Amino acid sequence: MAEFLMPSLGADMEAGTLVEWLVKPGDWVKRGDIVAVVETQKGAIEIEVYQPGQIEKFLVDLHTEVPVGTPLALIRTDGEGRAPAVAAAAPPPVAKPPVTPLVAPMPVAPAPTVAAPKPSPAAPGLATRIAASPAARRLAEDRGIDLSAIAGSGPGGAITSADVERHLAAAPPAAEKKRTLWLDPAAMRAAIAAAMARSKREIPHYYLEHQIDVTPSERWLAEKNATLSPDSRLLIGALALKAVALAIRRVPAFNGFYRDNKFEPSKAVHVGVAIAIRGGGLAAPALHDTDKLSLDELMSGMRDLVRRTRSGRIRSGEMADPTITVSSLGERGVDTLYGIIYPPQVAIVGFGKVVTRPWVIDGAIGPRSVVTVTLAGDHRVTDGHAGALFLAEIGKLLQEPQKL
Amino acid sequence: MTVAAAKPHLSHEHMLDLLKQMIRIRRFEDKCAELYTQEKIRGFLHLYDGEEAVAVGVISALEKRDRIVATYREHGQALVRGVPMTTVMAEMYGKQEGCSRGRGGSMHLFNAATNFYGGNAIVGGGLPLAIGLALASHMQGDDLVTACFFGDGAVAEGEFHESLNLAALWQLPALFVCENNLYGMGTALALSESETDIHRKAECYRIAAEIVDGMDVVAVEAAARRAVQAVRETRKPYFLECRTYRLRAHSMFDPQLYRGKAEVESWRPREPILRFQGWLEANHMIHPEEVSRMTAEIDAEIAEAVAFAEAGTWEPIEQLSRFVCADSALPTGQ
Amino acid sequence: MQQEIARSEAIEMTYREAVRAALRDALSRDKRVFLMGEDVGRYGGCYAVSHGLLAEFGPERIRDTPLSESGFTGAGIGAAMVGMRPIVELMTVNFSLLALDQILNNAATVRHMSGNQFGVPLVIRMATGAGRQLAAQHSHSLEGWYAHIPGIKVLTPATLEDARGMLWTALQEPDPVLIFENVMLYNLSGKLASDAGAVNIDKAAIRRQGHDISLITYGGSLWKTLDAATALAADGIEAEVIDLRSLRPLDDATIMASVGKTRHAVVVDEGWRSGSLAAEIGMRIVEQAFWSLDAPIGRVCSEEVPIPYPRHLEYAALPQAPKIVAAAKAALGRA
Repeated sequence: MAEFLMPSLGADMEAGTLVEWLVKPGDWVKRGDIVAVVETQKGAIEIEVYQPGQIEKFLVDLHTEVPVGTPLALIRTDGEGRAPAVAAAAPPPVAKPPVTPLVAPMPVAPAPTVAAPKPSPAAPGLATRIAASPAARRLAEDRGIDLSAIAGSGPGGAITSADVERHLAAAPPAAEKKRTLWLDPAAMRAAIAAAMARSKREIPHYYLEHQIDVTPSERWLAEKNATLSPDSRLLIGALALKAVALAIRRVPAFNGFYRDNKFEPSKAVHVGVAIAIRGGGLAAPALHDTDKLSLDELMSGMRDLVRRTRSGRIRSGEMADPTITVSSLGERGVDTLYGIIYPPQVAIVGFGKVVTRPWVIDGAIGPRSVVTVTLAGDHRVTDGHAGALFLAEIGKLLQEPQKL
Repeated sequence: MTVAAAKPHLSHEHMLDLLKQMIRIRRFEDKCAELYTQEKIRGFLHLYDGEEAVAVGVISALEKRDRIVATYREHGQALVRGVPMTTVMAEMYGKQEGCSRGRGGSMHLFNAATNFYGGNAIVGGGLPLAIGLALASHMQGDDLVTACFFGDGAVAEGEFHESLNLAALWQLPALFVCENNLYGMGTALALSESETDIHRKAECYRIAAEIVDGMDVVAVEAAARRAVQAVRETRKPYFLECRTYRLRAHSMFDPQLYRGKAEVESWRPREPILRFQGWLEANHMIHPEEVSRMTAEIDAEIAEAVAFAEAGTWEPIEQLSRFVCADSALPTGQ
Repeated sequence: MQQEIARSEAIEMTYREAVRAALRDALSRDKRVFLMGEDVGRYGGCYAVSHGLLAEFGPERIRDTPLSESGFTGAGIGAAMVGMRPIVELMTVNFSLLALDQILNNAATVRHMSGNQFGVPLVIRMATGAGRQLAAQHSHSLEGWYAHIPGIKVLTPATLEDARGMLWTALQEPDPVLIFENVMLYNLSGKLASDAGAVNIDKAAIRRQGHDISLITYGGSLWKTLDAATALAADGIEAEVIDLRSLRPLDDATIMASVGKTRHAVVVDEGWRSGSLAAEIGMRIVEQAFWSLDAPIGRVCSEEVPIPYPRHLEYAALPQAPKIVAAAKAALGRA
């Protein structure tokens, strides 16, 4: 007894539906006879039988979809029953070739092994170069960790961020390490270099400049300072800091951090004050809650920061906390100061020195005290429109110093 | 070249041979259909049923040193040409004992020993190749004929026109054999060509052309002998439009929605094997016993070929990137 | 007409003349070689490369063809399969699209498909690139596309030595070789040794040593990249310029050694940016030299527009030295 199977008719045929039998049990068939019709996704196809014999019985119901290879009917091949009529050029019955199992099964592709990328051979002179991923480098840099102290578990022994995190969890807090660094000008310069290079590499800076008439501020300061002792006198820098802090309330997009591809605005305003250190260093520690300080508190806070920065006694929180930075070169400075943003902050405001300039007031030209304020903004977070609003607000606030 | 070569040899032996070659193709194709339904042969399968007279008649007129370019419906051409059936079947199975190391399958049968240049699956894609083979003959000064088989569908391709023009312009020894089976896959010739007399297109390119009854193996061979002699002696191209019919579908997975069953059935009595065998028997040139014997031999050969293919081996996956370029040491990634 | 010239003497010549010399050399030394293409004979070649060759070698070996790119490319393939050494000249890469089927489905594929029974030792030369205000359909740089295909080699000679020397080596290859000649290079003038001959076709060349950044390029962009390197040097940046010379296969070893040294890379590629050869090279650098990188890899490619006709727009659409300088500086954080 032989089986008549659902044939494969195409590369993408997996199943077929028998819709019609063209023979019935008891019929004699020869090789090549069309015996049934199968419905496929392309249409109805007639199928032929290759095994001569007599149809014994059907095995599937019509109109059911069955996979390729399913037996559809049984064919009696042992010659019992009525002898077949010999067709004109009928060949002698051909023995069905034995179905030999494949001697060797179709080879399966070996499970793909992703070749671990080989680290490039160290170029001459760079034999000590440490292999570390960009993410690991950034994390180590942020936390002040020396890469050579970390064991790498990445491909080829490279250091990954997980390795850095593991090292952090085991190591003592980084703050102590940071403090020691401040006393070493070379290390500080290297840290600044790394931070500035990273800033310029990653942050798309845009720049805006605005000239502010600070004559009202100067007059008010002169009046105020007339009644104060020299060591508690207010400087225009304090007014500038407070104006920036208050302007942030109107345009908060300049206050916060850009991390992990998004901006995290900060509720608190901690303005970083750029302070030059003798010997060529630079630091910008935070004046916490700048917007909430009175001008006197702000002024004494600034004095305190400057003193402690120059003697290396800044706390790590003060270094890490600024939500925006203000830089000024003071009286020795230049007309305009363009800053580089300290990542992960998103803005830096620069004040030039106050100069006397001809100015138009009520249609007439007269001398006024003018300062040029600049904004360097992170274009991923803000654009010129917001920047203009921000600088305009600073300018406005400095027109009414008594309200700062 | 003697005049005798231009006439078909109508000896008994030759008649039997013509018939046997056609039956051999038919039964081989039949076996392929069966194996395909059993998923032993995969991909696409294009069968030659009804067109056997064209391959047999034309290739009988070629010398062993001549060159042949064919299409993806080329099992018939390969078998008549002398590509061993074992290696053809193994190729269909994808085994490395196949004539193309199993790399090509049904549509890409190649065989250097018999000057068989494929097995080309792009319709019309083989014509420029054939022009190149003929151009080399021209430049090397030999007397080879390059025969190029293609269907009526290829006539629409730009490459058909470019190739005919080049062959005529440069006087190349190419024999163009158009197997006009009236359908380009599912599109009837009349729906695809403004001029359905294909030989007239060749005449437009100043190529000598003939219509041949592709269902009559004797007529095909006679025309082919004339054409081959002309090409070999004049070194100019020749065009044979062989009018034939495809009894099976374009490929296995084709419900033939584009033509009616009555039309197909009307061609069955005219098909070349029935016709030739009938004529031979009517003229007492052949005995039914001889046909039975012939068929038995063929079936035995086919069984042997199937066994050969079944026993064949799969090319190891590590060899995947060999023979992309001649230097098999070249890494794949480059 | 032979003048006695000292062997090491250098002659002033153009890139065009160097290619012509290469053709003449090949046609003289190997009878199987012949040149076939549109207007290569009587016209003297669209870019005057084959000027004079018809008179010297005759119409059988310098064959003018009809406008049948597919037809005569296929003919080149067939002839190569049976013992000839054709050089098919497709006038430009823009027209080669008509022969893409023959190149991909026949030339690149026959060896593998036939189980190594037949090879196609064919050389195809094409002009490529933009810069002459020839507008959208005549300005493509598709050598990167062709470099995608297994089974062929893709060369981009950018110097006189390579224009002179790559052809003979390519003709010795048993498989198809595509040679891309940038249209802006034909008039390039320089000195070539009078005994200049065959060169290798599988190694990239360091055209300028440097330690700050690797500028990786090929073809017409090489000279712009060298100009950019000069400008960068004025700013204290020493760029290493790599001329790829072969786009398939790519010389990974030379690229990675350079990037390992400089730790920064910019790829300059006249193709359109997306899916470009520059993307492939960038990925290879990531695969093989990731740990050496100190900055993201940059690339300077053509803008994603069909190349426009007006000069200023065409200039803006293509890679130029200032863009390369800017990309290098950005990579080094010196923007």
